[in-house]
Amino acid sequence: MKIDFEHSMAAHCENGATVNLLNHYGKKLSEPMIFGMGSGLFFIHFTFIKMHGLPVTAFRPMPGLIFKRVNKALGVKVTTKKFKGNPEKSMQALDELLTKGIPVGLVVGVFHLTYFPEPYRFHFNGHNIIIIGKEGDNYIVSDPTMEELVTISSEDLKRVRYAKGTYEPNGKMYYINYAPDVYPDLKESVIKSLKKTCRDMLDIPGWIAGAKGIQFLSKKIRKYPQKLTKRKASLYLGQIVRMQEEIGTGGAGFRFLFSAYLQEAGDLLNHPELRKYAQEMTAIGDKWRDFASQAARICKGRPKEGETYDSVADLLFEIGNEEFVFFKKLKKEIKNW
Amino acid sequence: MKKDEVPQDDANMLQGKTRELQYALDKEGNYTAVKSVGWQAKNEIMQNAWDDIHEQVAAAKAAVLNGEKSTLYYHMVRKLMDVHILSGYSKIWQWRIKRHLQPKHFAKLSDKILNKYVAALDMPSIAALNDIEYED
Repeated sequence: MKIDFEHSMAAHCENGATVNLLNHYGKKLSEPMIFGMGSGLFFIHFTFIKMHGLPVTAFRPMPGLIFKRVNKALGVKVTTKKFKGNPEKSMQALDELLTKGIPVGLVVGVFHLTYFPEPYRFHFNGHNIIIIGKEGDNYIVSDPTMEELVTISSEDLKRVRYAKGTYEPNGKMYYINYAPDVYPDLKESVIKSLKKTCRDMLDIPGWIAGAKGIQFLSKKIRKYPQKLTKRKASLYLGQIVRMQEEIGTGGAGFRFLFSAYLQEAGDLLNHPELRKYAQEMTAIGDKWRDFASQAARICKGRPKEGETYDSVADLLFEIGNEEFVFFKKLKKEIKNW
Repeated sequence: MKKDEVPQDDANMLQGKTRELQYALDKEGNYTAVKSVGWQAKNEIMQNAWDDIHEQVAAAKAAVLNGEKSTLYYHMVRKLMDVHILSGYSKIWQWRIKRHLQPKHFAKLSDKILNKYVAALDMPSIAALNDIEYED
């Protein structure tokens, strides 16, 4: 049994799951559009929350938020369920929905995800996949980070649905239970999402989030060589680059995805000036890529002349400043839209 | 980043199983999605993280051979787990696991407990759990 489902790939799993699910219910939107409408651009650096012993840097809001915001804007209703300590029931619930022809989103851990490339299999429990059918003992999976459909045995699927460690998914599943016949016009929610992103990058109290959070991280990096051993310093710096580039950000910690959104939003709203903003954000994104290249060379212990923890900290401080100026300007521009 | 600047540096991190989507500018200056097999900077950072894990595994092995830790400790580290994650999979309390990481306590464990660890670590048998040379 297999639901007729169009699989497309995305940079990020949550964006991709949202794109594919909504498309199944008659609303075709691009990944940048989903990402932007969910106000997906964000920055926060925690020194006190650690994963695998390394401080957490996030370039996106909490998992699930983008999906929630987009559905709200479109008037789509979603059912979410968890089955704590009851794997049998969770698999049964999945099968029942599939027989009704409903594609089901699941949150899973990647460590035991059999079809996943091994170098990426850590104990990370926030991955999103969509189950679109079952043949014999195997489930058919639309995983937004894979180019084609893949399969997984029911035993293996059960295990990843009950992955252990931080943020245990406990069999979490979600599906669309209502989608409107006619979707609302997007203009209003696009403007709203842009304003929200400006607020997220400028106005969150404290010093760890938004553009000033980037500068806070820059100050921390500057102190790594004094505060940490050489090995630890390189792992701390490396972890920032991994969050920026590796976890499906579409490059430069979602900055390119956001630029793509600005272009689409500009066309949709008939505000060509947004294309200029897209250009500026692209230039900032390119600087994030420079930061990653330099950081990688430092981590590998073969920096080019003049490249030190201080110089990458300088670059990051500059990026923080440019984003601050960028969002100030954008905020003013769209204030009366 | 322009479309033709999207790096294609393959270090077999994706093992040919998939490619990653990057967003870049086409000739007209419009954003488009481009598939990439990898980027050197990222590959190196990733390799760095794995090198660190391999060092930890080697250190764990040495600790077992020195008699400081039980083989359970080695296999836990090898599976990138800590006591918290192992407790989740085995349903054994963390303070008990910490005791079982010591050789003298581990040696006294019943087959029932050992089998819980075997299942949690996705291993074939108790013999494998006792074997410091065992690898999947």
